Amino acid sequence: MEIFLLDKTIIVVIVFLITLLIAMYSTWAERKVAGFIQDRIGPNRAGIFGILQPLADGVKMFMKEEIIPTHADKALFVMAPGISMLTALLTSSVIPWGSYLEINGRQVMLQITDINIGMLYIFAVVSTGVYGIMIGGWASNNKYSLMGSLRASSQMISYELAMGLALISVIMMTGTLSLKAIVEYQAINGWNIIYQPLGFLIFFICALAECNRTPFDLPESEAELVGGYHTEYSSMKLGLFLFAEYVNMFISGAIMSALFFGGYNLPFHDKLATIFSHNTLALLGTASFMLKTFLFIFIFMWIRWTVPRFRYDQLMHLGWRILLPLAMFNVVATGTVILISILWK
Amino acid sequence: MEKLTNRSRVVVKKEMTFLESIYLPAIFGGMWITLKHFFKRKTTIQYPEEKRPFSFVYRGLHILKRDEQGRENCTACGLCAVACPAEAITIVAAERKKGEEHLYREEKYASTYEINMLRCIFCGLCEEACPKDAVYLTEELVPSQYNRQDFIFGKDKLVQPLGTSAHPKTYKPYKK
Repeated sequence: MEIFLLDKTIIVVIVFLITLLIAMYSTWAERKVAGFIQDRIGPNRAGIFGILQPLADGVKMFMKEEIIPTHADKALFVMAPGISMLTALLTSSVIPWGSYLEINGRQVMLQITDINIGMLYIFAVVSTGVYGIMIGGWASNNKYSLMGSLRASSQMISYELAMGLALISVIMMTGTLSLKAIVEYQAINGWNIIYQPLGFLIFFICALAECNRTPFDLPESEAELVGGYHTEYSSMKLGLFLFAEYVNMFISGAIMSALFFGGYNLPFHDKLATIFSHNTLALLGTASFMLKTFLFIFIFMWIRWTVPRFRYDQLMHLGWRILLPLAMFNVVATGTVILISILWK
Repeated sequence: MEKLTNRSRVVVKKEMTFLESIYLPAIFGGMWITLKHFFKRKTTIQYPEEKRPFSFVYRGLHILKRDEQGRENCTACGLCAVACPAEAITIVAAERKKGEEHLYREEKYASTYEINMLRCIFCGLCEEACPKDAVYLTEELVPSQYNRQDFIFGKDKLVQPLGTSAHPKTYKPYKK
């Protein structure tokens, strides 16, 4: 029992640190990608290729003056960035980072916990994430912030529906809510993207919206709302808000590669199994999972520096009148195909 | 009307086809463009290490020339100060003492020669006015300072350092 707890503690700490590290370097990568797309070279002064830039930014954030507006609700104002960060990090607990390692005859799962309602858990936590933004905007006592948080909550409601429906078709196929089981299912039947291209497209668009990434960054649109929900924030509280966005991006990339792109499965697994030991293979699987996740992060950034922001009515139109019916159609179509295949047998 | 470029398009408000109305092809097209830019050569010039080549006739920071024997050319005639449209130049003249012949070429010299770099518009009229070939505009940029006072450049900063008789950047063949 003690050794089990120790294993879990180590995994929790590692996942926590890696998530934070990747989120940290996402900020650097974002600036690099932005630079490259705009024919610039991005940050390159702090360390080689600007590799120490996130550290410098972090130090800067900590050193900045902390301002709490006089008429702000102090308790909520301080709490909001914490909620954002907490919910962003909580989702990482059910993501299967790899299969399992064999250490001294014990099996150590490369996942914090494999609960059988993993997807439901993720949905619950992700939709709580909007509270950070909402409370932050409300507590600031600022019109811009309030507008930003209003937009955030309405956007979250609109896109969560389509996202959930897009996912239901995947769950209907695999017959499970556990992320690990979904990944294992793809090892046998091939990647879900082959069967659910429409589902993936809807899920991807909704993931952009849930992460408040461009073209869905209405809650913090700099041009109209002067930063939206974090107008009044400064110092590390602002840092946490911005950081939570990158953690969210990493997590949603991980979820998408687990759900649709085979997670930690390797191609030619049987052949590779004859060459490598089990542990190497598991770590290779984790590496491939990370690679897919990074690819998604890159695509998120690529989209951000290509597509301009939606207008508010366009956002609502897309969410309710296009994505939701499409997702419903996808569910019905998947159900029909499953029914036919059952009857066929 | 004659078109200025061949890149202009006439905007027509017509019904979009289905493919256009789902926008995805257009978005992928845009992403292809940004991806091409991603791998393009970057136009950034890494300033302090790498400087862009200046035009041959660029007018930057001033220099007060010395002659071949290291004596200051300036004789404090004040023509540059008169020519200066921005009134950036202040000169105080002094008489050369005995034993200073190796320092100043003429009997009269400028004991103070100050140019206010915040006033200067780098027109080069001082250079044109100078009868003694004393003041030139180099390719150097005026360095940034923290105080306004520091932008008033005196002789300590303006006079050509000893031993650098032919400053290459001040060599302008179109002048005599």
